[in-house]
This record gives sequence, structure tokens and C-alpha cells, in this order.
Amino acid sequence: MQADAKGVLTGVHFLDGDHACCEGTLAAGARFAAGYPITPSTEVVERFAQRIPTVGGVFIQMEDELAASIAIQGAVWGGAKAFTVTSGPGFSLMMEHIGYAAMTETPCVFVNVQRGGPSTGLPTLPAQADMMQAKWGSHGDYGIVALCPNSPQECFDLTITGFNIAEEFRVPVLMMLDECVGHMTEKVVIPEAEQLEITPRRYTKLPPEEFRLYEPREDMVPDMVRAGAGYRFHVTGLTHDERGYPSMNVETQDRSVRRLVDKLKPFSNGRALFETEDLEDAQVVVVSYGITSRVAQRAIQLARAQGIKAGKFRIISAWPFPDQAIDALAGRVKAFVVPELNLGQMVHEVARVAAGRAKVIPVTHAGGTVHNPEVILNAIVEAAR
Amino acid sequence: MNEATLETPFEMPADAQNPVEPFLRMDRMPHIWCPGCGIGTTVNCFTRALLDSKADLDKVAVVSGIGCTGRVAGYANLDSFHTTHGRAIPFATGLKLANPELQVVVYSGDGDLFAIGGNHFIHAARRNMDLKVICVNNLTYAMTGGQTGPATPSHVISATSPYGVFEPSFNLVQLAEAAGAAYVARWTTYHVKQLARSMEEVMKKKGFCFIEVISPCPTLYQRRNKMGDGLDTMKFYKQMSKTRNGAPTSECALTKAGEIVVGKFVDRDRPGYFEMMSAQMHETLGDRYASPEVMCSEC
Ligand SMILES: Cc1ncc(C[n+]2csc(CCOP(=O)(O)OP(=O)(O)O)c2C)c(N)n1
Ligand code: SF4
Ligand SMILES: [Mg+2]
Repeated sequence: MQADAKGVLTGVHFLDGDHACCEGTLAAGARFAAGYPITPSTEVVERFAQRIPTVGGVFIQMEDELAASIAIQGAVWGGAKAFTVTSGPGFSLMMEHIGYAAMTETPCVFVNVQRGGPSTGLPTLPAQADMMQAKWGSHGDYGIVALCPNSPQECFDLTITGFNIAEEFRVPVLMMLDECVGHMTEKVVIPEAEQLEITPRRYTKLPPEEFRLYEPREDMVPDMVRAGAGYRFHVTGLTHDERGYPSMNVETQDRSVRRLVDKLKPFSNGRALFETEDLEDAQVVVVSYGITSRVAQRAIQLARAQGIKAGKFRIISAWPFPDQAIDALAGRVKAFVVPELNLGQMVHEVARVAAGRAKVIPVTHAGGTVHNPEVILNAIVEAAR
Repeated sequence: MNEATLETPFEMPADAQNPVEPFLRMDRMPHIWCPGCGIGTTVNCFTRALLDSKADLDKVAVVSGIGCTGRVAGYANLDSFHTTHGRAIPFATGLKLANPELQVVVYSGDGDLFAIGGNHFIHAARRNMDLKVICVNNLTYAMTGGQTGPATPSHVISATSPYGVFEPSFNLVQLAEAAGAAYVARWTTYHVKQLARSMEEVMKKKGFCFIEVISPCPTLYQRRNKMGDGLDTMKFYKQMSKTRNGAPTSECALTKAGEIVVGKFVDRDRPGYFEMMSAQMHETLGDRYASPEVMCSEC
């Protein structure tokens, strides 16, 4: 392997999603990773452990996921870009620290390669049943961004996007892979370092006397600092004021919690990431994400062959939910069909936004494998009737 | 608090400043700790240790977990992190590895470091991570109302052991030594000079260092166990503690009313995590190894 000094493995490769995701972290500038082994996600950090010593950074295998998910946040405040990787049970253990990252506005990335649950479930087989957990799993109200790649190429590309969003908005970004995408091997093109857009950390330019750690800019996001730079700042998971000092004040609570959620509003609207096809004349729109979007593609083709006006809406940024785009469709289509490898999660969001204007039909699956395209086709046929 | 201590013996000059003030966030005073609490005493010792060690304070970070002791981070005028319950050590691990020039001090309670965070403690000690861990051991979970913790001695009455604790407690200094700590000491809040000296010593020592400070929680622990107020506890510490530097840590277990062995028990050199990592990488990768010392997210 020949990577340039910046850790970008420029070239055309044949990689699985986990490995492509790892290359994405390196290309994005991540120089610290902490992990704890769990199938089907360990390959991401195994590759990082192999790659990072020649790039210049640290991988540490921690004693559990609680440790891994907070060690990365220490590293971020130390000045590094950092991430952790896990699956199902480990993701559950990381919940408290997703909340901590959201509350302290620590830019970092959590990769979750989803497997069948609940509990130990199906360690080696796919599911998409952590989608609601990603949004709501930590206690309290908070904001996160969740991205759902559907190919190894996208595992690379979107991981960079994820790091960029983390820096721009000072949020934890959750990369919601699934076992199929994590383990499928395809062509991955990695551009030259100069062609990649990498968002640097937005460090304050103010001198320490004038700087306040949680004073938001106009975009509602405060500037960062790092430890050791002379700012003598305080970070706490307690409700805090603009100085970062704990506050038991109800107004402070209201102001800060709302800002944590509201700063991500652009992702409900113009900044939402999604892919569409054949929507112009569509009467039935299949809304899907991750591996299921590739199965749905087949079902849409079969429906079109039967003369049904089916279209595709592939969610890429799942959280915040792309309200605006679904809302625009809800007024003019007959139905949404929502296949997912769970018993119905993102379908609730589609239904919320559709608000009765279009039928919303879930196509559920408990996980372990992917849908049979016929099942999705049947739902499309039913919806078109 | 006793009446006599409330008297001011002389008029304070208006510009009088306690020498520890520059080390504290004075805009956060008054602090939340109760009268007679030992945590403030330990902070006083810590600030004196910082002063005496002449450490570059811009390069010292304090990381705390959750609890009364966990609030120390919020009062230290340093880069300071109040993390989650039990997770100060793994947070500090990431901070130290990403920014090795920082001197990272973990300041937390007995429950935080040895119950919910016990696993992290033993692994950081095993790795000989370059962290200075100060544990204020008030023998209870104070913040939540004085429940039994992993360091609460047998027969003590606590909020969750109303009939007396019957499970054995950890001997923290023995645990630290067994797990691999490079430096292990114990003092009480009566031993302010010795404590400050130990704290200064660990600021200069490489590797995983552990200082246990036995400290009163008059509000919950002492009151419930009819052990008097803060002053009575000082008398108790004075009477019951015995300095035995170098004592085998196995002989230093604490009991409810028995002897408190204090002193420096362990001071040894073991290669640190960073050293071991770079040695191994150099051996296997030679010149291809890129040392991670300068981490820069602007890159
Ligand atoms: C995950 C979690 N569990 C429980 C608590 C509640 N809690 C707050 S402080 C504390 C105990 C603190 O005890 P210790 O570490 O000894 O600190 P002290 O208050 O005695 O200084 C507990 C259980 C919490 N904050 N987080
Ligand atoms: S409850 Fe106990 S430990 Fe907490 S501040 Fe009061 S005296 Fe100190
Ligand atoms: Mg305690």
C-alpha cells in the first residue's frame, strides 16, 4: 500500500465497506481511533491499526465501548480528529457518550455497522434496526447527524462528509452502515488529497480573555479551542452557560438545548442528503436507505416494467430527517413504500411528514438477510392500486 | 463548623489575595462543598503543588468524573473537563495520547474511580498511561446522598446499608499497585504538607501515579456514623493514622475505626504506554514509523 503523507490512499481499489470507511477516516484527517472488537465492524479499526503508524497517529484498543466512546472525545479536545467504531451491543454502551458529545459539542464520528438485534442478536448478519436508537438512544433532547452509505464507495465518501459535518456543526456524526454494506467488496476510487474537501476545525481567533467556549456564531455553532493552548476553558456535561460554566437556570437550559437541536435544522431542509430517480411522474415512491435501497432499486425496475409509475427516494442523511424533501413529495404522490431491515422505524418519520396526504406502507423485515425484491414489488403494486 | 473558626482575627486588607486564587476560577465562588468537607483541602494542596512544581499551567489539564469530587474540574483555573460518571480515566487517556505535552491530572471520587470506573482504572494502570490520578476517598457516594461504595468499610451505616455494610471493600492502594501503578501514596486531609508534596512529586513523575486522600464527608458519612464534624474527623485522622512509607500495600486496608496507614508505598519505574508504543513500532516499522507526537486537526 502506498499512501501519501496525508494518509490518502489515492487510486482505484477493491475494498469492502468497512475498509473503505477506514480509508475515509484517514483521508478526512482522523489521527486517533479507539475501539473495542465487535463483529461486523472490527475491520474498520483493524485496518486503522495497520495504517496509522506510518501516517502518524494513534489507535488504542480500549477495555470496552464506554471507554472507547469517551477516549475519542478526550482526543478531540486534545486537538485530534477522532472516531470510534462498533455494532449493536457496543452501540448501546456508547449511548451516554453520544449524549456527552452532543452536549459538550465535541466534533467526532461514531461508526455503527448494524447487525441483527436485540441484544447479541445476529452478530454476523445485517439489520437496520438501530435507526431510532441513533436518534433517541441517549437521554434528553439533543441533535446528531446520521448518514447511511449504501456502497463501499459511499463508505469512503460519506465518512469524509461525516467528519466535515462534525467539524462544521460541532456534533457527533453517526455513520449508520449495515453488515451487508460493511462486508460487500466493490470498486472504490480514492481521489488525490488535493481534490478532497476537508473541513478544518474552526478554532477561535479570539484571545483567551475574550473567548467564551459556548458563544455561538451566527450559524448557532460556537468556535473550538483545544487543551494546552492557554484558554483555560471548562467543559461539562452539565447544563452550562456560554462560558461553559454549570447552570441550573431554566432559561439557560431552554436556550442551550434548543440550540443543540436547532443548529442542525439545515439538514431537515437544504442540507439534507438524498438521491432520487424517476420522481417526475412517480405515483409510488420507495423510500429506503443503506443496503435496502439496492434491493428496492430492483423492485422499482420491476414495477416500471409493469407500467407502474414508481420512483426512488434514497435517504442518505437520515437524521435530522429530510422533512422538506418528503414534504414536497407528499403533496403529489399517491403513496410511499418504506422497506427497511427492521419492524418499522424510519417509516414513522415518513408518515409524520406525509401527515395523511399520501399512503405510507411499511415493508418490514426482522433482519438476518435482505428483503426479497418481490415483497417490495408487491407493496408497490398494492400502493399503486 | 465551630463558632471559633467564624471569628476574623484581624481586618482583611481590601486587596488581600489568597496565593491559591490564581489557580481557581474565582468567578465560580462560592463552591458547592459543605462546611467541613475535605475536598477543598485537597484542592488547596493541589494548587500549592502546582505552585511549587512550577508547572506551565497552560499545559496542565484536569479531568474529573461525576460526584462532589468531580466538581473539582469546574473550579480549577486550567483546561478542565467534567466528564461522565466513571469515565474520567478513558477521557484523560484520549486527551493525553492526542496531546502528549499535556500533564493530565484525573481528580475524582472513590465511587467514580473504583465502582463504575473501576475497569478503566486497572487498565490505565496496566498500560502505565501517563496520568496523575487523585482520588478523594470519602468512603461513600457523597453526591447522591451517602450510599455504600466500593471503598466503604464493613459495619459502616450508609443510605443503602441502613443495617451496616457487610460486603468487603477494596484496598485502593493495593489495587493500584497490583494493576501496575508507578507511584502509589495515601494521605488524609490532616496531612496537608505530605499530600501537597506527593502531588508535587507526581507532577514530575512519569507514568500512572495514584494518590488516595482519605477525606471527611461530615454531612453524610460522619454524621450517619456518629463520628462527629469536620474537626472531630481531623482529630480522628491525627490519632489513627500512622506514616509507614514503603509499607506493603497489602497491610494498608482500611477499617471503620482502625488504623489508617499513610505514606508513599510505591515509587517505581516502568516504561510508559507511549514509550512502549514507539519502541514497538520502531522495531517493526523502522523509518516508516511516523511518530504521532504532533497531532493537528488543521492538517
Ligand atoms: C451513569 C451514572 N450513574 C449514576 C450517577 C449518579 N451519581 C452521581 S455522583 C455518584 C457517586 C459519586 O461518588 P464518588 O465518586 O465517591 O464521589 P463523591 O461524591 O463521594 O465525591 C453517582 C452514583 C451518574 N451521574 N451517572
Ligand atoms: S456531601 Fe460530603 S463530600 Fe459532598 S460536599 Fe458535602 S461534605 Fe463534601
Ligand atoms: Mg466518594
